[in-house]
Amino acid sequence: MKKLAFIGALAGAGLIAGMASAATLDDVKAKGFVQCGVSQGLPGFSNQNDAGEWSGIDVAVCRAVAAAIFGDAQATRFTPLSAKERFTALSSGEIDILSRNTTWTMTRDTQLGLNFAGTNYYDGQGMMVPKALGVTSALELSGAAICTNTGTTTELNITDFFRANNMDFSLIAIENSDEVVRAYDSGRCDVFTTDRSGLAAERLKLTAPDDHMVLPEIISKEPLGPVVRQGDDQWFNIVRWSFFAMINAEELGVSSENVDEMKSSDNPNIQRLVGVDGNFGTEMGLTNDWAYNIIKHVGNYGEVYEATVGPNTPLKLERGVNALWSKGGLQYAPPIR
Amino acid sequence: MADATADGAQQARSSLASMVYDPKARGLFFQIVVFGLLLIGLYLIVNNTIENLELLNKKSGFGFLSQTTGFAIFDSLGTWAVDYTPGESTYWDVFLVGAINTIWVAAFSIVLATVWGFVLGVMRLSKNVILRWFSTVYIEVLRNIPLLLQIFFWIAVLTGIAPGKRDDPMSLFDIFYFDSSGIRGPYPIGESGAGVFYASILIAFVIAWAIGKWAHKRQDATGQQFPSFWVGLGVIILLPAVVFFVMGQPIELEWPDRGRFGFRPGLGSFIEVSFVALWLSLSLYSATFIAEIVRAGILSVSHGQTEGAQALGLSAGVTLNKVIIPQAMRVIIPPLTSQYLNIIKNSSLAAAIGFPDVVATFSGTALNQVGQEIEMIFMMMMVYLFFSITTAIFMNWYNARKRLVER
Ligand SMILES: N[C@@H](CCC(=O)N[C@@H](CS)C(=O)NCC(=O)O)C(=O)O
Repeated sequence: MKKLAFIGALAGAGLIAGMASAATLDDVKAKGFVQCGVSQGLPGFSNQNDAGEWSGIDVAVCRAVAAAIFGDAQATRFTPLSAKERFTALSSGEIDILSRNTTWTMTRDTQLGLNFAGTNYYDGQGMMVPKALGVTSALELSGAAICTNTGTTTELNITDFFRANNMDFSLIAIENSDEVVRAYDSGRCDVFTTDRSGLAAERLKLTAPDDHMVLPEIISKEPLGPVVRQGDDQWFNIVRWSFFAMINAEELGVSSENVDEMKSSDNPNIQRLVGVDGNFGTEMGLTNDWAYNIIKHVGNYGEVYEATVGPNTPLKLERGVNALWSKGGLQYAPPIR
Repeated sequence: MADATADGAQQARSSLASMVYDPKARGLFFQIVVFGLLLIGLYLIVNNTIENLELLNKKSGFGFLSQTTGFAIFDSLGTWAVDYTPGESTYWDVFLVGAINTIWVAAFSIVLATVWGFVLGVMRLSKNVILRWFSTVYIEVLRNIPLLLQIFFWIAVLTGIAPGKRDDPMSLFDIFYFDSSGIRGPYPIGESGAGVFYASILIAFVIAWAIGKWAHKRQDATGQQFPSFWVGLGVIILLPAVVFFVMGQPIELEWPDRGRFGFRPGLGSFIEVSFVALWLSLSLYSATFIAEIVRAGILSVSHGQTEGAQALGLSAGVTLNKVIIPQAMRVIIPPLTSQYLNIIKNSSLAAAIGFPDVVATFSGTALNQVGQEIEMIFMMMMVYLFFSITTAIFMNWYNARKRLVER
């Protein structure tokens, strides 16, 4: 017994000690892939197809990081996580990046040992109800039962909203998203609340998606973005700039189709982006074609958006606030220079 | 002089040698080494954990327990017991809400699983082919389907067969109502004098228990039987009823009320559908294991006991209840205890269907807001340890008592 306990203790110490070495980039290079925490299946954000391949706007961030490091967007492995498990998985070192429609909040940023590397989707919380209810505003929902996911910002926002408006409600928080959908579909609750993008995605799983509608109220700010552990600035920079490279590429008109021609562009901004000029890559511990590889293998932000959540996908989400700053939106990346 | 030193050295050497060959001394030595290494290991773990938390810039300690929370939890025994209000209650309250709900669903499941398990176990040994087959098939099927699937099955069935939340509910004598959100009924609100009424219920139970005890003693001494069950039931119903009217009906009933979305939250008594689903699935599943334990217990009682009872002219029911089961209990209780512990632990699957047990509320919602995994998971482990140890102590006490009664 004692001996077993001792071996256990040593193994435990080894595990915890292992984490202390903070150079994620070295670890990732050594193992040859980026371990990425994603959702358990949220169409458009992170979802698996029949062949088991992951895709989505959140998956693209992981692929971009893999492309920047290895020149290979496929050098990724995915860990599906429920909302409840995600932060523990990241701080315990089980994953290198958490890219799972995660809202950037002050508590998470300053108290949970996390760092948000950017916002790849600006969102807000909404509510979905059956059309048959005849409800047109969230302010008519007093007395309703509301379903949502355990361990999300949505539990707090909805409580704030109902309390602020002096309305009664019953909050049912369920761990697994598919079970939330089932609970709503079976009529256990009247309202399904989560990020509006999440509503658009989860709606596709309902038996009759057209019988439901999203109410006009947006009750919170939900900037969704990739997250890393605190204490490893190099890794934080790589993730953050891999994402910025995609936005800068869109702004400069560089896409997966024209990136090779762009290598001979005269525009100094483009020259720096694709690595013809400067050594921005090597300074981060990568190669200078890091951004070229991202654009070539994953695409720029606009391309990814259109392919994953845009108007021509089942989610049908307009660019809206997620347009580039130069087109009236919020997506803005600092310059590469 | 020289001889003496040589002698002494030899003696020392031989006593050292004898220490090496002495299994006791050797054992002690290795125990000390292992214990020392264990301490070093523990130190490394604690030290590394603290270092890593600092590296991540994470807080530690239990200060978060006094912070207020910002999320709602639906009405359940726990929220009622600690009067949970988002914005006013603390994380410690959330912990209590979860722990109370855990013990609530586990206790209910233990009762149903025990009753149903005993019935199944006896049925499995019945001479009636249909009963025997039913029990065998039931046990073999339910025992082999993962519990989580059974939980999903029951929530789907319950929300499926019940009227929708906003439709007309099923009702039982217009007192209890059932729809896809759960079961509702009146909620007693005590006015002055209610305390006396509540006390009378307690007293009635004590009297009923005393009657049972007295009847048992008398039967042991004289062999005369006494209908203690019916008399006891009479006391339990009549005494509070009389007190109720004497005190001028001190209980007001709050009835559930309906609005646009069916029953309104916060009025009347409420049991959410996830409690029912969890209770049914835990009970029906665990009953299969208890049935097998009961069967083994009954088979362990020698057949001569049955024949003896029959020779005395006892009916089959009396033979089972007064002769077989009491003797079988000796074999049944120890494994039964471990089934009870399993039920407590399995109740943690509640989070899957949204029942606010301690896992769902504390290590789910609260952990995600506070982020102190080590402290919070530790507290959770303590809850289960506490419930398990309490159950084990009670069952051991019960076991010891049962054993004393036997020869
Ligand atoms: N953005 C919110 C909510 C994130 C969330 O978990 N949303 C659910 C509902 S859209 C989800 O991602 N479900 C997919 C899954 O669990 O696989 C947060 O960060 O707390």
